[in-house]
Amino acid sequence: MHELGITRNIVAIVSEAAAGRPVRRVTLEVGRLSGVMTDAIAFCFDTVAQGTAIEGAKLDIVEIDGAARCESCGAEVATPTLFAACPCGSRRLVRLRGEELNIKSMELMEAA
Amino acid sequence: MCATCGCGEATGTTVLNLQTGEEAAMHPHDHDHPHEHVHADGTRHSHAHDDGHGEVVALETRILAKNDALAAANRAWFKGREILALNLVSSPGAGKTSLLERTIRDLQHEVRLFVIEGDQATDNDGQRIRAAGADAVQVNTGAGCHLEADMVARGLKALKPGPGAVLMIENVGNLVCPALFDLGERAKVVILSVTEGDDKPLKYPHMFKAAEVMIVNKTDLMAHVDFDMAVAVANARNVNPDIEILQLSARTGEGLDDWYRWLRREAASVRAEAFA
Repeated sequence: MHELGITRNIVAIVSEAAAGRPVRRVTLEVGRLSGVMTDAIAFCFDTVAQGTAIEGAKLDIVEIDGAARCESCGAEVATPTLFAACPCGSRRLVRLRGEELNIKSMELMEAA
Repeated sequence: MCATCGCGEATGTTVLNLQTGEEAAMHPHDHDHPHEHVHADGTRHSHAHDDGHGEVVALETRILAKNDALAAANRAWFKGREILALNLVSSPGAGKTSLLERTIRDLQHEVRLFVIEGDQATDNDGQRIRAAGADAVQVNTGAGCHLEADMVARGLKALKPGPGAVLMIENVGNLVCPALFDLGERAKVVILSVTEGDDKPLKYPHMFKAAEVMIVNKTDLMAHVDFDMAVAVANARNVNPDIEILQLSARTGEGLDDWYRWLRREAASVRAEAFA
C-alpha cells in the first residue's frame, strides 16, 4: 500500500531535478529486501506522473539481490530473505545489498 | 490525492490537540505539485519515444530522503530536550493503547508521558490516553496506513512535550508500511499478542527486523491459544538476532516490571547521551 506514496516521492524528486525539461526515462534501484513491490511501483508510475514533467517517461527498475557479510566467518553470502542464515549457521549478518530504494538517474529528452 | 496512500484530500491527515480541542488539517505533500505551471496552457504532452538518446542525469537519491531528513530533525529535537521517543507498532488489536494506558497510570509519579496517537479515523484512542492521565495528540491519517515524520513534527507542535519527557508514538495498526518510515524515534517497539500466532515475525520480517524490542502481550491468554513462546522467540531472533524480548500482560500486569525497567534504562541512556 505504501508503494503509491513511494511513487509520488519518485515523481516529485525527478520533477524537481528535471525543472520542466521533459524526461524520457527514470531508472530506479530497488533491493529485493527493501519491502517494496516493484510491480506496484510500475503500476502507479504512469498515473502519478500524469500532468507532471515526467508524464510519459519510461520507468526502468534495476532489482538488486540481497547480500550480506557474515560476522562469524567473514564470508559474503546471498540473502534471498531477511531471515536467511550464513551456510556456517550464523545469523549475524551485516547487510551489504538488497535494501536499496534509490533513484539512480533520469534521461532527458534532449541530448546534452 | 494524498502522496502517502492515495487518499483524497477530503479524507486527508488531521492533527487533533486533545487538550485544546483544536483540529488542524494537514496536506503534508504540498511539494508534490511544483510543476503544474508547465501545463498552464492546458496542453498535454504525449512524449512520443523516438530512437534518440537524451542526456542522462545521475540523481543517486534515496527515494525516502525527504522523510528521512524530517525524521533526523525530529531526532535532533528529541536529543536536545533529553526526550525518549518510541515508535510503537503492531497489528490492530495487539494492545498498544492498553499497554500505554497501564504504563501512564503506573509511572505517573515518575515520568511525564506524552502520546501521539496515529489512527486512520476517530479520536477514541486519544481519549483513552487522556483519561489515563497523559497529554495526547490524535493524528488521523485518513486512508493513510502509517505515520510519517512530518506528521510527528506537527503533532509535537501541538503536544509540546517538555525536557526529560517520554514520548510514545502509537503508529497506525499495521505491520507492513510503518517499517519503512523513520519518525526520528530512538527505537521501534513491536507488540505481538499471543492471539495472533507465533509465526508473525516470519510473516512480517521487515517490521521485526526494524524493531529493537518485541513485546509479547496478552500472556494471560496463553492457556487458551496455540501460541508457542519458544517458537515466537526463535522466529523473532531468526529475523533479528539482537532483538530484545519482553513478555507481559497489559491486562493483569504480569511482566510489566521488565517493560518499566527497559524504559528507565533507555531514558537514562538518553540523558547520558544528550551532552556526550
